[in-house]
Amino acid sequence: MTGTPEVRALSGRAVSELTLEAVRSGELGVADLRIHPGTLERQAAVAAAHANPQLADNLRRAAELTRLSDEEVLAVYDALRPGRSTAAELTDLAAGLASRGLPRCAALLREAAEVYARRGLCA
Amino acid sequence: MASQLSGGGEPPAEPDRRRPVGRVRFMDAQRVNLDGFAREHAGLGLVAMCSPDDPEPGLVVRDGRVVELDGVPEASFDAIDAYIARHGLDLTASDEAMGLSDVAFARRMVSPDVPRAEIVRLSAGATPAKLARVLALLRPAELGQAMTKMRARRTPSNQAHVTNRLDDPLLLAADSATAAAFGFREIETTVPVLADAPSNALACLIGAAVGAQGVLMQCSVEEALELELGMRGLTSYAETVSLYGTEQVFLDGDDTPWSKAFLTSAYASRGMKMRVSSGAGAEVLMAGAEGKSMLYLEARCVALARAIGAQGVQNGGIDGASVAASVPRGLRELMAENLMAMMRNLESCSGNDALMSESDMRRTSRTLPIVLAGSDFMFSGFGSIQRYDNMFGPSNFNAEDIDDFLAMQRDWGVDGGLRTVPAAQLEAVRRESAQACRAVYRYLGLADFTDDHLERAVDAAGSKDLGDTDTLAVVSAAQAIREGGLTVIDVIAALDETGYEAEAERIMAMTRARLAGDYLQTSAIFDEELRVLSLITDPNDYAGPGTGYEPSPERLREIDAIRQERGVEDLRAEQARFAAPLLVVTGPAGPGQDPRDVVIGVSPAVGRDVWRCLSGITVPAVLAELLAGLEEEGCAGRLVRFSDTVDLGRIGLAAARLAGSGIGIGLQGKGTALIHRRDLAPLANLELYSVAPTVTPQLYRLLGANAARHARGGTPDPARNPYSDEAIEARYHTTVIALMALERAWVRPGAAAEELSQEGLR
Repeated sequence: MTGTPEVRALSGRAVSELTLEAVRSGELGVADLRIHPGTLERQAAVAAAHANPQLADNLRRAAELTRLSDEEVLAVYDALRPGRSTAAELTDLAAGLASRGLPRCAALLREAAEVYARRGLCA
Repeated sequence: MASQLSGGGEPPAEPDRRRPVGRVRFMDAQRVNLDGFAREHAGLGLVAMCSPDDPEPGLVVRDGRVVELDGVPEASFDAIDAYIARHGLDLTASDEAMGLSDVAFARRMVSPDVPRAEIVRLSAGATPAKLARVLALLRPAELGQAMTKMRARRTPSNQAHVTNRLDDPLLLAADSATAAAFGFREIETTVPVLADAPSNALACLIGAAVGAQGVLMQCSVEEALELELGMRGLTSYAETVSLYGTEQVFLDGDDTPWSKAFLTSAYASRGMKMRVSSGAGAEVLMAGAEGKSMLYLEARCVALARAIGAQGVQNGGIDGASVAASVPRGLRELMAENLMAMMRNLESCSGNDALMSESDMRRTSRTLPIVLAGSDFMFSGFGSIQRYDNMFGPSNFNAEDIDDFLAMQRDWGVDGGLRTVPAAQLEAVRRESAQACRAVYRYLGLADFTDDHLERAVDAAGSKDLGDTDTLAVVSAAQAIREGGLTVIDVIAALDETGYEAEAERIMAMTRARLAGDYLQTSAIFDEELRVLSLITDPNDYAGPGTGYEPSPERLREIDAIRQERGVEDLRAEQARFAAPLLVVTGPAGPGQDPRDVVIGVSPAVGRDVWRCLSGITVPAVLAELLAGLEEEGCAGRLVRFSDTVDLGRIGLAAARLAGSGIGIGLQGKGTALIHRRDLAPLANLELYSVAPTVTPQLYRLLGANAARHARGGTPDPARNPYSDEAIEARYHTTVIALMALERAWVRPGAAAEELSQEGLR
């Protein structure tokens, strides 16, 4: 299709290069299986245009999270569970994410810190 | 009722007042009475809709900020209120949505003239309490009408559970291939033993790739492991992220709306489709419903699902389905939950995944309206395996019910997502998938399986057919998969190296397709050409009769052509297998003079196309019994075929009029038989076997004997049709129609009666 950028994996490899030949030559790795943040941004725009801005926000946060390792993602999730973090820990974590280029995820954490403090959900 | 008059003697025994009468004891013994039925109790949350403690719908917005939601001021918002207030509502539509009367809103839901997009726009501005009120107004048929319009994807679909008690990889592969072949577009597996999860995911992945292209895979386990399996490409969607309608139960589940929002993004960041899970009863079971109705609490869950950016919701009771089913109007509530998700522009995966009754009628009653209306996924787990192998617990429909479901699709002309799989194809995909699974496990050094094990898995209807298996081998295979960091690339390589290049290419193509991200949109599935069908690419355009989804002519043929379907030609061929060189014509039939002469009149196709009765007894054998019965009682039978009518009364009467005794027996090829007398009206008779399938050889002999007794002027005790409480008509009517067509084809008006040879009958 004209005007549609070629889909790439997180590794930067064009999806069309994910072939049995490439598997046989042993050149594919985990990063070739991972979705690219640009793809998620494009999907966010599609969701927004189809009456679901919240799904769009989610996909944009997801685009940011492609920058984090699996362990880091799970660590942030754990920090957000009830009674795991103080409000200050959450805002510090938010600041860290913001500085690494994850502003939307950071905003989610700051908001959590505020509500958790009011509702007694902090550590 | 007549009063009993005591004629003296012993007084009647004192009735046992604790023991109900037989009619009640009989009713008590029916399976429906194994179900629990709860009296409504708002305090416990045992109320389907409209609890007295449900809040009045309300929304106050100040400077673009929600300061009061359903009667709760901002300062008192709990975590759920707070998340919905900040993220869940479209404030540009809220004045209009909240200003509409409940009835006006409800009518728009049902009216085909109000497009889906308009309901989606309004619903986005409505609070949870508002939507709960609106949906409580819809009656069952209106819920169905609204669901037909509101589901996001035009093409309905279905999801399967594939599990077994042993986590046996070869059986999982074969059953996964089977589910894919039946047409399920999502397969969900889980484990009885958590450590087995990676092996189950792998086996199901391989099996699904053999069964059909483009099936989405899920392994339902705890979040971290589930995410890990997805990250490695072994699974492709998740639906275990649970939401609850009260803050306390949410916290009991060790999560908050923010942690769930983050997790939702985490799945998307790894390119995994994800929906959340909620549904009636969960809060009640945790004693945390706070006096609210099930529908109101679910309205909060669905509003939150939308707010956190999930593309879809699995609801309709789920684990709490039987709680909802225990209260009045509970099934209406379950269906309303699904509709709630659709109104919020989300995918609906519509429950029906927990067996909610011991009664076949009640569980069908629960599911059928959703199948008729059509949903993105009618089941969030049709148990494609047997009940005992379902490690989620039995589903509302299971392998026991697949043929029922296929017949229901056909009965109503609706697409429930399933199709008939010919027996040879089913065996082929089971064998291919089990072999491929064995080859991959062997190639990757995970486990080895014997030929015997493989054959048993191919043939098994369930894990009880496998015999003893090495379950420790599964644990160690799973451990090796996890510790070895095995990814879908390794699986593709293994399939390729072991001769399963087509399956390797299928999984490779799926991996490529997933990276495009289109399947992260609302209600997305892949079809078998790997096209994404979703809210975006396949939007529901229902606007009344003549619009919306209709099975294509090709798909309709698939729905119609169940394997039990038979036509006249099938029957003709089946009858021909019983043809014999008997009953040849010996000449024209004339009147008999002997008072012991009884004529057995047979229908036009007897001795030609019809050779076997509905009972399974051959026509010659029936004739032999009749003749023997006549002979026992001192009469002699003659066989005469009448080709001018298929009507049994006329055949019997014509036979009687030819008989020297004036008594005739009429026999249709299907086995219906009667005794006639020459002076009776055609539709009268002396004795009749009207239910041909239940007649036995002994009964035909008795009919012959009784005919002889009539011939000799006696009054025999009439032969009686055997009683049956089975659905005899359902079983045989199609065959009757075909048999009568064969009979009718031999009718020649005015044709003379022919006498048939008795040679070889005895």
